[in-house]
Amino acid sequence: MKKIMENLYLVLVFLFLFLPIAVLILFSFNTSKLNIVFQGFTFHWYFDLFQNRTLLEALFHTLIVAGVSTVISVIVGTISAYGLHKYSFKGKNLINGLLYIPVVIPEIVLGIALLSVYTLLELELGLFTLILAHICFCIPFVIISVRSVLEGMDPHIEEVASDLGASKFQIFTKIVIPMLMPGILSGAQLALTLSLDDVVISYFTAGPGANTLPLQVYSMIKTGITPDVNALITIMLGIVFIILTISTVVQLRRFKKESSV
Amino acid sequence: MKSKKVWKFFFLVPVILYVTLLIALPLLYILFISFLKSDYYGGMISSFTIQNYIDVFDQVYVSVFLKSIAIAGITTLICILISYPFVLAISHKKPRTQKILMTLVMVPFLTNSLIRMYGWLVLLRKSGVINQVLLGIGVIEEPLSLMYNTFGILVGMVYTLLPFMILPLYSSISTVDNRLLEAASDLGASKFKTFFKIIVPQTLPGLFNGSLMVFTPALGYFFITDILGGGKFMILGNLIKNQFLTARNWPFGAAISIVLVLVTCVFIFLYRKLGGKMDDLGGAS
Amino acid sequence: MKKVILKIEGLKKSFGSKEVIKDFDLNIYEGEFLTLLGSSGCGKTTILRMIAGLDSVTEGHIYIDEKEVTTLDPKYREVNTIFQNYALFPLMTVEENIGFGLKMKKVDKKVIKQRVQEMLELVHLQGYEKRMPKELSGGEQQRVSIARALINKPKVLLLDEPLSALDQKLRKSMQLELKQLQKKLGITFIYVTHSQDEALTMSDRIVLLKDGKIEQVDTPIKIYEHPNSLYTAQFLGESNLFTGTVSVVDEKYTLVNVDDQVLKILSQKWKVDDSLDIILRPENIKIDVKNKQENVLEGKIVESIYDGASTKLMIRVQKRLISAMYLGNDKLYSKGQVVSVSWDIEDAIVLKRDVYEK
Repeated sequence: MKKIMENLYLVLVFLFLFLPIAVLILFSFNTSKLNIVFQGFTFHWYFDLFQNRTLLEALFHTLIVAGVSTVISVIVGTISAYGLHKYSFKGKNLINGLLYIPVVIPEIVLGIALLSVYTLLELELGLFTLILAHICFCIPFVIISVRSVLEGMDPHIEEVASDLGASKFQIFTKIVIPMLMPGILSGAQLALTLSLDDVVISYFTAGPGANTLPLQVYSMIKTGITPDVNALITIMLGIVFIILTISTVVQLRRFKKESSV
Repeated sequence: MKSKKVWKFFFLVPVILYVTLLIALPLLYILFISFLKSDYYGGMISSFTIQNYIDVFDQVYVSVFLKSIAIAGITTLICILISYPFVLAISHKKPRTQKILMTLVMVPFLTNSLIRMYGWLVLLRKSGVINQVLLGIGVIEEPLSLMYNTFGILVGMVYTLLPFMILPLYSSISTVDNRLLEAASDLGASKFKTFFKIIVPQTLPGLFNGSLMVFTPALGYFFITDILGGGKFMILGNLIKNQFLTARNWPFGAAISIVLVLVTCVFIFLYRKLGGKMDDLGGAS
Repeated sequence: MKKVILKIEGLKKSFGSKEVIKDFDLNIYEGEFLTLLGSSGCGKTTILRMIAGLDSVTEGHIYIDEKEVTTLDPKYREVNTIFQNYALFPLMTVEENIGFGLKMKKVDKKVIKQRVQEMLELVHLQGYEKRMPKELSGGEQQRVSIARALINKPKVLLLDEPLSALDQKLRKSMQLELKQLQKKLGITFIYVTHSQDEALTMSDRIVLLKDGKIEQVDTPIKIYEHPNSLYTAQFLGESNLFTGTVSVVDEKYTLVNVDDQVLKILSQKWKVDDSLDIILRPENIKIDVKNKQENVLEGKIVESIYDGASTKLMIRVQKRLISAMYLGNDKLYSKGQVVSVSWDIEDAIVLKRDVYEK
């Protein structure tokens, strides 16, 4: 009885979590132009989507921004985590403290702060400023994630490698990076998720030339959204779901392997 | 030995540049302009004033502050109420199932939160799916007002921020010793007692972590009040956004932001006092 | 005279304002098993790390095979180090771990494979090529780390408490194995440990360190039987200490007043009124020996500890607690029994107090 109640509760919460997404997917196959009642099944909107340059551009921007900022955040974050772990220098505590700021302050403050500085430096708002903003809030998450692995690493391992004739570069690329991989990967996943999910900071730092999908949807809500947007969201969700499934299966395999050893 | 310096340089310069240019500079600049005057054309006059901070305590703005805090507080509370039974139920599953279910919690995250708000709009509006279904099966005769009110905003906030509560609570509940729970029920402790005497104290760090990660963003998520509140409701996020983009009074917007940062600092201070670790806030574990 | 393989001159090391190594000089000979012994914080590991090139030298010089290496990077020094926690590369197989040094030197793959095989044979791990470090026991991991260091044919092998993570039994057998390995290969070993047992059983010479300075350098027998300071005597093995003042000196014997007793020792260069420490090892304490006139004390047994091979007695002599040890298990003495305690006069180690008390 208790078990049934528990399972029922889990189902309800998941229903709550997936309902708005399910509705959008459903209406992407709806023959009616209005997202109100399901009238009949069609792929019509998917074809429409490929005619809609504004939407495709927004999708392209979203992917570019997420991809580039994730890659840069992971590279800078990994190097930084290693540097902060390994070296001591004046002001290290200050740097470490400041790193938490993007994690804890309300996004809107970071958004307007970046916007103000962009204006101060006379940077024209666009893809560049948007990517810079995304890098800004992703790096600390990568650093935290990589650092948690670094802290469990035996410091003698690097010394042994240098003792055995490996150069600093070889130590970093052949020994340290592979060992940090779990942290790097979860940092990358986090960065990608945050970048794809962000609305607030993008809102202030994107500018007219660099509409991303969420910003496009935001401006369309006032004028009315056509179901080709639903089609686009469905496609994106499909891609994300496939990636996530693969990574979960891989993780579960490793999990199983580890618990069997 | 010279190469050692070069490597140190290589590993530290990026992070120092990043912290100075993308964190310290923007925030100091905001602090700076919060003490400037604005002119009528949206520009700023470089003379020092604390008028902006005095204005923040104008009754109109204080009521926005209070309303924001109320909405963020209620959101946090609802998230806690939903999350506890949820993570408890999950923790009773097999490890493999737990992993799959927790991944599922993350899935909606991978679509943008604004797009999910649009999903709620489709569900909640007068002609929305929920009203259509309820009308269709005859539960109601008139469509319900599910949005453009506080209810709609709360649904949006809770929905968007729930995972931030579930994740830290889940990782702290998995550290609760199962034997302790068994011992408690052996000794005849009621479910109620076990929960408040054992589970809650042991998951306190996760609870505070989650509360911080729900409460602070909730003060700023202007797009939720915009979409589900219909523009009638203002929280701090809307206020700051308007000052920067509509009213073009940057110094005042900056002053509100600084106050918001101070409020956040108080909560972080409390979190640290209660033994919370900063690294846990990243959700990277 | 054997060849000096490692020469250390005037070595100093400071961390900040704290000087941890003060003027360290030492010659280490080819094929020698040398142990750096000392309590934690005495600087033994720091010296090892400076030889390896892992810590920088504040002052002084290090020569390996007559070549100065003081400021050289670790990779250019013909020494290799073995660490306490093995520090195997966790994502590499045993084979890749052992072959790592040669791979870094860009040695031909076939040669590496062959050398790895030789090494596996040397440390008795044939057939372990494809295993991962986490699939190995502690002892096996340590063998891999030894093989990984030895494959580079270092002139000196540095070992930093390599056995301290192993359990008692395994440690004993690994001690033997390491010693045999060292004899077989003829490589110089510099071994850091805080365990006097390990130092005594394995070393050709022991360097006892105290607060970053050499206290004594000698063979195990000499350092145990002829310590030149109270610190050495007490660090290596157990000791019973009597402190007293010389009262009478003649040709052959010297009398020392200890508390209200008079002990007799061999005359050396002692003078009347000298303060002396008289040290006796428990195994030299004799119990209930007849026909002894000098150095006989009365005592009561307060504890008798039997550990298989030997029996240890704690005997209360007035205010003093004396420990004695004898082989075998003949339970002749029991708790509470009154016995006489004595020793052969030449077994007493005698040190002048002011030599080391400054």
